[in-house]
Amino acid sequence: MQTKMKPPGFDVRLSPSRISLVISAVILVMAFLGSYYTVSAESVGVLQRFGHYHEVVDPGLHFKIPFGIDSVTQVPVKRQLKEEFGFGTPGATFSQQMTSATEWNLETTMVTGDLNTALIEWVIQFRIENAFDFLFKVREPADALRDVSESVMREVIGDRTVDEVLTIGRQDIESSAQEKMQEVVNLYQMGLRIDQVQLKNVNPPRPVQSSFDEVNEAQQEREQMINVARGEYNKAVPRASGIADQKIQAAKGYAMQRVNRAQGDASKFNALFDEYLKAPEVTKKRLYLETMIEIIPNINQKIIIDDAANSVLPLLQIATPNLVKNTVKRTQK
Amino acid sequence: MRNVGYIVLALAFPLMILAYESFYKVNETEQVIITQFGKPVGDVINKSGLKIKTPFIQTVNRIEKRILLWDGSANDMPTKDKLYITVDTFGRWRIKDPLQYYLRLRDERSAQSRLEDILGSETRNAVAKHELIEIIRTTKGRIPNIDPLLASVDIGKLLPIQRGRRLIEQDIFSAAADKLSEFGIELLDIRFKRINYNESVRKKIYQRMISERQQIAEKFRSEGAGEAARIIGNKERELQRIQSEAYREIQTIQGDSDAEATEIYASAYNSDPSSRDLYGFVKTLEAYKSVVDEKTTLILTTNSELYKMFGRSISKIEK
Repeated sequence: MQTKMKPPGFDVRLSPSRISLVISAVILVMAFLGSYYTVSAESVGVLQRFGHYHEVVDPGLHFKIPFGIDSVTQVPVKRQLKEEFGFGTPGATFSQQMTSATEWNLETTMVTGDLNTALIEWVIQFRIENAFDFLFKVREPADALRDVSESVMREVIGDRTVDEVLTIGRQDIESSAQEKMQEVVNLYQMGLRIDQVQLKNVNPPRPVQSSFDEVNEAQQEREQMINVARGEYNKAVPRASGIADQKIQAAKGYAMQRVNRAQGDASKFNALFDEYLKAPEVTKKRLYLETMIEIIPNINQKIIIDDAANSVLPLLQIATPNLVKNTVKRTQK
Repeated sequence: MRNVGYIVLALAFPLMILAYESFYKVNETEQVIITQFGKPVGDVINKSGLKIKTPFIQTVNRIEKRILLWDGSANDMPTKDKLYITVDTFGRWRIKDPLQYYLRLRDERSAQSRLEDILGSETRNAVAKHELIEIIRTTKGRIPNIDPLLASVDIGKLLPIQRGRRLIEQDIFSAAADKLSEFGIELLDIRFKRINYNESVRKKIYQRMISERQQIAEKFRSEGAGEAARIIGNKERELQRIQSEAYREIQTIQGDSDAEATEIYASAYNSDPSSRDLYGFVKTLEAYKSVVDEKTTLILTTNSELYKMFGRSISKIEK
């Protein structure tokens, strides 16, 4: 005790003036150390004098009355804070950011409005908007916010079907949850502003998961079956219609050919007929002979017999047995 | 001089103790009850700042002024439709009458256990009086959005409600608020935090979810097969239509052209008896051309038109 605060070379002897000197030196040092403080850039300082709220101070270096008369609490109003539900990211900035892993399962499990179960993970991002309310209106505001968030999220999910929750309703859920959370937070005067509610993983419970997958697969199967059938349709119908057109065109060709030929034949005949009318006998004979001239040179076996010479016939090598027999009979006569 | 110094020093210490005993701070978050030998004296001090009391005799009892959290424990309870669920509630409260609070409960721990008793049993009552869906849903008559992919399936319906979650919470609130006010506690709010199926019910619920999904899957598959069959049917019909229409058209075209050709022939060949005669003659000659070929054996008598000259000249020579 004697060595305390005593520079070397001083007289060791106590005297009241020395004691009071030492005491006032100590007090002075304490007063100096306790009379200034800094508020960091992302915060405001809330100054209380004898516990009574005095003022809110901006970031920077400030002076206060020491000896516990003035006390300052820093509130990080500019910092974006978040709370995670159903999961946790390591490196939390404050203790209420997430709960212990054993709680996650309880946090995520929710009952939907069609009495199904869904597992929902979400994050809320918020800021301290009113440092006074945050400090003096509610105790444990961050815990309170967790409760509000869970309650509101279940209220929102409870009004939706499991299909809305899992697929189409995400944005709707986020925005109405944010709105309702803000309402409750305002009601409780927590001095917080909910910036964002984000749904993370949303899943059916694990034992049910495979049947949800099955529905997706069945959906794919349905599309596939329909596509295959459409493929078959597309493979057959246009081709058949082309083939039909082809046949119709061919028929049209036939028709044209038929009519043209008829017309050709007719006009050829008419021309002949005109000539024929001028000299019928001669024309007929000419036509006959012209034909004969055309035909006869092509024939290999030609037999020309006289009108009266019937007996020549049996000599001919004609391959018809009946005819031969007949001729034989005739000769015997 | 030296003695005076000692006296001052000797007095300074008790004076400091006296000051410490006479002055006290009231924080913004507190209200204070002064007790004298354990008995409250004077009004509740709910203004913050530096206050004075009688030293040594009076004691400062600090009581929370802020809104406080009550976090109920999760309890299993049955609903009206006999489903066992686990309900977790939370509430907000504050000490409105610190004197009453101090006399009846003294500290926060006993307050919390009183809250647990009253709110726990009121929650149980309210849950037992309602079906599960009433506690789950809030907005009466909300029409859910339907996933267009699932539109054909008859699911995605919200079960109808009469009252809903908020009204049941208000039931609990109004039943508990009166009972708590005699402890100097003002209940501000009570809400359901978590409602889950009890472990025993969960399996059945999952089974139902699975069967519901399987039924949807079956419906999709059947829809696919049905639609495919319809398309194949359409294909068959289209093929038959195309082919028969083509046949009809072809037959008509051919028939028409045959008719036209016949008419043309008829009008040329059938104009009068001599044209008919000529036609017959010409056609016969044409028939010869096609009937007779090199394999034909032709026996011609000299009587024929072509060779009639032959016979005559021979007989003339013989004569």
